[in-house]
Amino acid sequence: MTRLRTEPNISDGDGFYQELLELHQGRSKEESDALNARLILLLANHIGDREVLREAMQAAARTAR
Amino acid sequence: MRVSETPLYPYERSPDQDASTPARHPVVVVGAGPVGLAAAIDLARRDISVVLLDDNDRVSHGSRAICFAKRALEIFDRLGCGDGIVDHSVTWSRGKVFFRDRRIYEFDLLAEEGHRRPAFINLQQYRLEELLVRRLRDLRSEGRPVELRGGSRVTKVEPGAGSVLLTVETPDGPYRLEAEWVVACDGAGSTVRRELGLDFAGRVFEDNFLIADVTMKADFPTERWFWFDPPFNRGQSALLHRQPEGVWRIDLQLGPGIDREEEQRPEKVVPRLRQMLGEDVEFELEWISVYTFQCARIERFRHGRVLFAGDAAHQVSPFGARGANSGLQDVDNLVWKLERVLRGRSPDSLLDSYDAERVPAADENILNSTRSTDFITPKSDASRLFRDAVLDLAETQPMARPLVNSGRLSLPHVYVDSPLHSADRSDLPARTRPGSPAVDAPIDDGWLLGRLGDRFQLLALGIDVPGEEPGLEVISLPAGQHPLLDERYLGEAPGALYLLRPDQHVAARFTGYDPERIAAAFRRASGQETADS
Repeated sequence: MTRLRTEPNISDGDGFYQELLELHQGRSKEESDALNARLILLLANHIGDREVLREAMQAAARTAR
Repeated sequence: MRVSETPLYPYERSPDQDASTPARHPVVVVGAGPVGLAAAIDLARRDISVVLLDDNDRVSHGSRAICFAKRALEIFDRLGCGDGIVDHSVTWSRGKVFFRDRRIYEFDLLAEEGHRRPAFINLQQYRLEELLVRRLRDLRSEGRPVELRGGSRVTKVEPGAGSVLLTVETPDGPYRLEAEWVVACDGAGSTVRRELGLDFAGRVFEDNFLIADVTMKADFPTERWFWFDPPFNRGQSALLHRQPEGVWRIDLQLGPGIDREEEQRPEKVVPRLRQMLGEDVEFELEWISVYTFQCARIERFRHGRVLFAGDAAHQVSPFGARGANSGLQDVDNLVWKLERVLRGRSPDSLLDSYDAERVPAADENILNSTRSTDFITPKSDASRLFRDAVLDLAETQPMARPLVNSGRLSLPHVYVDSPLHSADRSDLPARTRPGSPAVDAPIDDGWLLGRLGDRFQLLALGIDVPGEEPGLEVISLPAGQHPLLDERYLGEAPGALYLLRPDQHVAARFTGYDPERIAAAFRRASGQETADS
């Protein structure tokens, strides 16, 4: 667990969060799920680093209920 | 009359059937599909006496395997029949991908330059088998020790200490044969495998496919079209592929638990094809069949004196054309080892390396074809969600296109952990590291692979080899005169020595001449020494 940045890194976090919610506004559960999947793929491609991606997947899975 | 309806090698009575004790043969190959034919050709060329048994007397029915990758073509070149096969085939590089009712992108697979053979060709399996049978006959008329016996079905396999006893059923009744070695190339439903009580291990899943050969009445582009979840085959996939002679292959995935008879009725098939090809395209249905596949293998490919190759040993999904292509590589790997053992040049433990090298190759093919199958037929909600997301993105975002998996092109396996290879201590290019098949490159009078034979050889590039190397043929080429050869074999080095196996895979390489290290690497590569040198 060394390469995934886990310290805050987004400037204007509240603004980002609002934008994320607005993106999903008025969409059905199914549309939102599809949109999230596309978003994950785009972001993953941007990151590119397989180790960072693996760490992110593990971190996400660990915090799941 | 189609070639698959003509008896090409009709049953003929053999003197072995009248022998009082079973006739003994060095090698019996069971099954005359592409893999068994290639094995018999390779053995015959090496003057190893071989009997090839087939329960049928003709080439396969329907197109079946249609895509042959570059490595298979290079093997056919080594077997002396590459030109005829390539001349009869079609080459293509363009394709289209459809998702639901829309075309999401087109591609052009631009092949790397500097190879004699293209990345792949399309040719019907029956045409390939016909050409291989012709090659076998030519070898026989040259006096090579090879016999193809049609109408000869192996029904019983009894392994003994020094040989294997086979019972062969013929129109004249059964007879027995004694084989020093048996190469089982008798396909997915292998009798030899069943006789030895061997099961497939690994992840097994089944799916039904409908395949149809269609003749187009008018011009149609030479492209590969792949549909995900199309309107004419909801929730499944479809593939359109070009074959020679105006024949097109159509693969429709049907999923599990279908009514096979119902799905093959022309009344059911033709309307589907109209939706695929367009209402105004005129075509004729030539052949239709429903088949299933699984992704699995037997645990070991060598069982004493019985060696399994091709579908008898491993099966994959059709995506990526890894069935016939990997079976041909099995034979490429096996036959030179059998020759050395039969001639007493190497201990029979050399044949264990067939298992050590081809099992990981089968696993690589199973992995790739399983991944393709998972992409094409998502088995969970999350799997479908991401699959559809990839396809939706692929329409506008180039980043998603490499993730679209409708089959990954069959590439030769690199025997990275082979017991036959010596450690690589050089900075030479990675693509020609030990375990890799020799990479082709243009040289002044032709192609590198054409210059390589099928014996152990030392390829000397820009390094002087003073004397003769015992057991090795030396091929010397200058450095600095063939840019692609230098790029693929030397990189930044001024010269290099490559020890190549009879199947043209790299066994060791050096940047300086050291006869002791070369001799040690040769002993190791030929199974005469197993300790690390």
